[in-house]
Amino acid sequence: MTKALETQGLRKSFGGVLVIDDLSISVDQGEALGIVGPNGAGKTTWFNLITGAVHADGGKVLFQGKDITGLSRHERCRQGIGRTFQIPKPFSGMTVFENVLVGATHGRRMRERASYGHCVEILEMTGLHDKVNVLAGSLTLLDRKRLELARALATDPSVLLLDEIAGGLTEAEVQELIEEIRKLQATGITIVWIEHIVHALLALVNRITVIQFGRKLCEGDPREVMSSQEVQACYMGGTLA
Amino acid sequence: MDWLNQGVQGILLGGHFALFAVGLALVFGTMRLVNLAHGDLTIVPAYVALLMINAIHFSPFYSIPITMAIMFVVGYLLQRGLLNRVVQSGDVVGVILTFGISIVIQNALLLGFTADNERLKAGTIDSLSIRINENLAIGWLPLIIFLVALVVIIGLQLFLNRTKMGRAFRAVSDDQEAARLMGINTKHIWAMAMGVALVIVAIGGVMRGIRTTFDPSFGSLSLIYAFEAVIIGGMGSGWGTLLGGIILGLSQTLGARAFGPPWSILTGHVVFLIILALRPQGLLAKTVTS
Ligand SMILES: Nc1ncnc2c1ncn2[C@@H]1O[C@H](COP(=O)(O)OP(=O)(O)OP(=O)(O)O)[C@@H](O)[C@H]1O
Ligand SMILES: [Mg+2]
Repeated sequence: MTKALETQGLRKSFGGVLVIDDLSISVDQGEALGIVGPNGAGKTTWFNLITGAVHADGGKVLFQGKDITGLSRHERCRQGIGRTFQIPKPFSGMTVFENVLVGATHGRRMRERASYGHCVEILEMTGLHDKVNVLAGSLTLLDRKRLELARALATDPSVLLLDEIAGGLTEAEVQELIEEIRKLQATGITIVWIEHIVHALLALVNRITVIQFGRKLCEGDPREVMSSQEVQACYMGGTLA
Repeated sequence: MDWLNQGVQGILLGGHFALFAVGLALVFGTMRLVNLAHGDLTIVPAYVALLMINAIHFSPFYSIPITMAIMFVVGYLLQRGLLNRVVQSGDVVGVILTFGISIVIQNALLLGFTADNERLKAGTIDSLSIRINENLAIGWLPLIIFLVALVVIIGLQLFLNRTKMGRAFRAVSDDQEAARLMGINTKHIWAMAMGVALVIVAIGGVMRGIRTTFDPSFGSLSLIYAFEAVIIGGMGSGWGTLLGGIILGLSQTLGARAFGPPWSILTGHVVFLIILALRPQGLLAKTVTS
């Protein structure tokens, strides 16, 4: 079976500093993959290489078996890659509904009227249905994160990249978010989730890959990986619970 | 009641200023590009119309739709082929490039049409007016231009707030990176924004050619008025731009009435400077084009 997403030998440096070093990771269809690693390991940069926000110095990005390394960002979105930003980037002068509508109409190349139903469904699923007419710029952090998720879903992705979507939330909010993501996973969407809050990952993902200095340190069963000597050492007993 | 007459003329003039200014505001709003060639681009449509009228003697009003179409294509290609390259390189590069384009346009017009005054002859319309009383007469042409400006601004607001493409303009204005992630081709949207801006400029440019004489040097002053209207109103808001245009128009006509015609333009600049000093964010400040 073709992989949902695969990066092969990706390399990227910024001003002479190698940030992504020969990084090969593959994600199965319908899988939920967790990504962990210390700050500055290159996790967000890896996402940027997948969505096309950053151009690779070398290596390939394959999506559903196709080489998309040469495609621009909006084309990759239309192929089916969705992403949430670590720091939410809402269209702050637009309402919640308009934010989602933009994703639905441009990401899926649909007319506005035809996508209203789809938008309402997503707003309900992400718990934003009572804030449709609120300006996105005035949302709380939890709602901004939900909007990130809703907007990404509106583009109808087959692979969803989540960048620390639980970061900064209270424990109760994290639990809510886990439930929402679990529902998405049940619909068959492939999920790649970068997260520092390890128990959130453990509650959901099938597999964890650890990145350090832009390289893959190890990967495998979530609990085994997180309790291994080398992973504990790489965090030096820091942020891991 | 000469003051009243000057006031009415000022408001109408303001509509004309706004017609030139909304394009500048739209381009700044969607891509943060300060287009120093905007003023020169407002005289290009008058010359395009002039060519058409000389070739097939028809009323300049008929040349407006064709000129709009031509200016749309010019704007789209100019943005896609050239200006898109500098949108993300910071303000200075954009200013230098558009300044260069401004010089090229001015000199090309001088070469092609000489520095002579031109006028788009529209028959008697430019002298017809509605006489309200012995002191107050409203010229048909200024009134039409004002109403057109109103329709354009309402139309632009509806476009930005109610259509798929308009929402893409606003999304790109709010966050380019997120817009791309939503499947929006920002290069196309920027080019569309410049195209739409120049369509509006085409209407204003031909109208001005009917109203007054013009020559290739007109661009600089047009640019300054457009900037003043946009800044007075608060960057990126359509209604603000109309308000800014009206305040500028009123300052000029009332200044002329109070201090004599030579003081008209200076009064406009002074009022602009006072507003800029007291309320630098503009009267109806907004951060996005809605
Ligand atoms: N556009 C850029 N230009 C220069 N350096 C960059 C750029 N993007 C990322 N970096 C650098 O690359 C390194 C990896 O950053 P990245 O954001 O990918 O880390 P991360 O693993 O996501 O970290 P965190 O857990 O803190 O989010 C950092 O040292 C960062 O400063
Ligand atoms: Mg990161």
